[in-house]
Amino acid sequence: MIEEKVQIEKLWEILESVKDPEIPVLSVVDLGVVREISEQSGQVIVTITPTYSGCPAMNVIEEDIKSTLQQSGYEVTVETVLSPAWTTDWLSANGRKKLEEFGIAPPAEGSQNKRVLFGDEPIVRCPNCKSTATKMVSQFGSTACKAHYKCKDCLEPFDYFKCI
Amino acid sequence: MLSKEVHFDYLIRQADNCLILGQRLGEWCGHGPVLEQDIAMTNISLDLIGQSRSLYQYAAKIQGDGKSEDDLAYLRDVLQFRNFLLVEQPNEDFGYTVARQFFFDVFNYHFYKELAANSNDEQLVNIAVKSLKEVSYHVKWSSEWIIRLGDGTDESHERIQAAVNDRWPYTGEMFIPNQTDEEALKLGIGIDLVKIKPLWDKMVSDTLAEATLEKPEASWMHQGGKDGRHTEHLGYILADLQFLQRAYPGASW
Repeated sequence: MIEEKVQIEKLWEILESVKDPEIPVLSVVDLGVVREISEQSGQVIVTITPTYSGCPAMNVIEEDIKSTLQQSGYEVTVETVLSPAWTTDWLSANGRKKLEEFGIAPPAEGSQNKRVLFGDEPIVRCPNCKSTATKMVSQFGSTACKAHYKCKDCLEPFDYFKCI
Repeated sequence: MLSKEVHFDYLIRQADNCLILGQRLGEWCGHGPVLEQDIAMTNISLDLIGQSRSLYQYAAKIQGDGKSEDDLAYLRDVLQFRNFLLVEQPNEDFGYTVARQFFFDVFNYHFYKELAANSNDEQLVNIAVKSLKEVSYHVKWSSEWIIRLGDGTDESHERIQAAVNDRWPYTGEMFIPNQTDEEALKLGIGIDLVKIKPLWDKMVSDTLAEATLEKPEASWMHQGGKDGRHTEHLGYILADLQFLQRAYPGASW
């Protein structure tokens, strides 16, 4: 039993090295895309969930998880589930920090409070100069999960990882 | 109809709505009025095509004869598609695209919300809950553009009003139940369209009022898409969308 637990923990550690192909500073674990790992007599089952329904990175993520674990000598099956639906709240604290360092503003915390529909704009901090005097340019950015913002102080455009 | 047929038809209709509208929005790729809106329309397209994939995968499973999501998207012809006539209408200009998107987004938002709350089909509820998050952003985008164009310059006002008026007769079909709607409701899979019609009306009326636009009078409504009777446009969309499979059957990579 203890051995099994250690084993699963090791698998989570290995998956820390699988990065989101669109945001290479985040691992699939930081992102909250990996939901569960289980193992039965050498066969590993990794359960993942998509960030957005149409996220084109999902196939690559699935392949990367498979090949990474296979290289470590495991037999792997990847299963995709839709429920519970992915939320930006699942981004790890470490993931949020790495996002900002990479130049992408992390999502406002607490999706329960977000009022997406005709709601208030969240306070978004510029990842470059840390000013909160920022302006949304478009709710839709370079990938499905990001909005396009501009800083009114340093005038730099930047991506904001939007809440869902 | 057998309950399996009702179930399949109900799923495939929403999958077709998302696929065809996604394809239409994709036509804007590289042609948007400004870069940000080009990106917005293709992002919405991607979300819709993603939703159609989830629905096709599930529909294929319900059908249970070994077909895949690709078979359903690429190997059916016009008469087998069940999407609303609204979503197959041409992009025309940006105003027409916004008007079509707005009418559909408001429907889609309330449709998924009602499914999430009341359908007894667990997988369909999962898809609805997931999609609802994305559609919330779509409704916001299209309603803001209705307001911006309506309450904008004289020319933008006139053009978005014309688009709203011309697309209006395609909105009724969404709420006129056909046999599949009635039977899916009885089975507990589908939703009661009577319940969401007033919600759609209110959101559309409020937004048009804010946009200083006139809500078109109740009029005769086109219908047929849900039963496979389409306008001439769908054939052209499929010729494009299915080109590869028609020219090179079974092609894959």
